[in-house]
Amino acid sequence: MKNDYDNIPGTYVFDGRQNRKGYHLNMFCMSLNEEANRDAFRANPSAYLDRFPLTAEQREAIEEREWLRMLHLGGNIYYTFKLAAFDGLSMQGIGGQMSGMTEDEFRHMMVAGGRSIEGNRYKSEGQ
Amino acid sequence: MANLIAGIGTTHTPAIGAAIDNGKTDQPYWKPLFAGYPKAREWMAETKPDVAIIVYNDHASAFSLDIIPTFVVGVAEQFAPADEGYGPRRVPAVEGHPELAWHLVESLIFDEFDITIANDLPVDHGLTVPLSITCGQPDAWPMKVIPLAVNVIQYPQPTGRRCFNLGKAIRKAVDSFDEDLNVVIFGTGGMSHQLQGERAGLINSEFDVAFLDDLTRDVGRLTDIGHTEYLRESGSEGIELIMWLIMRGALGDDAKEIYRHYHVPASNSGAGLIVLEDA
Repeated sequence: MKNDYDNIPGTYVFDGRQNRKGYHLNMFCMSLNEEANRDAFRANPSAYLDRFPLTAEQREAIEEREWLRMLHLGGNIYYTFKLAAFDGLSMQGIGGQMSGMTEDEFRHMMVAGGRSIEGNRYKSEGQ
Repeated sequence: MANLIAGIGTTHTPAIGAAIDNGKTDQPYWKPLFAGYPKAREWMAETKPDVAIIVYNDHASAFSLDIIPTFVVGVAEQFAPADEGYGPRRVPAVEGHPELAWHLVESLIFDEFDITIANDLPVDHGLTVPLSITCGQPDAWPMKVIPLAVNVIQYPQPTGRRCFNLGKAIRKAVDSFDEDLNVVIFGTGGMSHQLQGERAGLINSEFDVAFLDDLTRDVGRLTDIGHTEYLRESGSEGIELIMWLIMRGALGDDAKEIYRHYHVPASNSGAGLIVLEDA
């Protein structure tokens, strides 16, 4: 199925397709809401990840903290941010990583008014 | 009779709560944002509502991908701050108003809004940050709160028009509650922001200011905004603004703007605050 939001650049709409793909990845992230789970994950990341039926790619993206790739694999930002917070990262930190900037560059862009909507509405506007 | 006297639209960015909790509101980054809050706090202190219906969304705290309810009303006596992955916010527990909450549930369901009913509902930054913004740091929140959680994370979210009509039904329910209570309603979230992907950091101030303007000038334009327009124009997370339309729907056609503040950025968001009084 094609969707009329498919032509928005750099945006992964969390629809049913993404939900199906990312269910276990996101539920792993959700589990970090509990302190006992955070402790278990910290103590033995690999054993903790074994509890979730992740694909090999999802597991690698989690282990390597590839924030953009997690979205490609069905991750939702509110869930993956729990892993980022576990690592002590900020939303600017992972925002920068997903958009190819350093955290400082990203923060400066935000203070200067954020990423402009001009030129960012349609994929066809990109170079 | 209960009276719905006003609506407040406000961002609920978690970093605003963290800045308050950690005493950072005077820092140069935060100062211009917090400069906009005293007037709203004064208004709140003078208005002294008995109950606030807070329309917010849960961010994978009480609800996960296991069950994704579209509209939820919290009917409990009390709601604890949720652990969102880094320990609960150290803010007072939120006291509910079960009598009005159950009346809302009954009235809304008979009005054909099929509400999910929640007794155990830990509340996250989506609900507690708006309280901090408008009430500061009291030992106890100065009013009872009825949480109304909306799914805005999983596509498809409810339409803006549906949200607006839910607001109208909430108004009808409050009007028919036979206890003398002053009630305010919060619409929270937004404004434009995108947290994810290569377009992370998107802000559309023009969209945000027009949205604030049209809450009193042209509500019909706002209820016509569809999913793709929100996603494209206000960023993938800007669609939270549909929750402001529940607030707006609960007010009369001639609601008056009495205060607003807008600042970019709060973390990755365009931060809006508006107070509308029912006319």
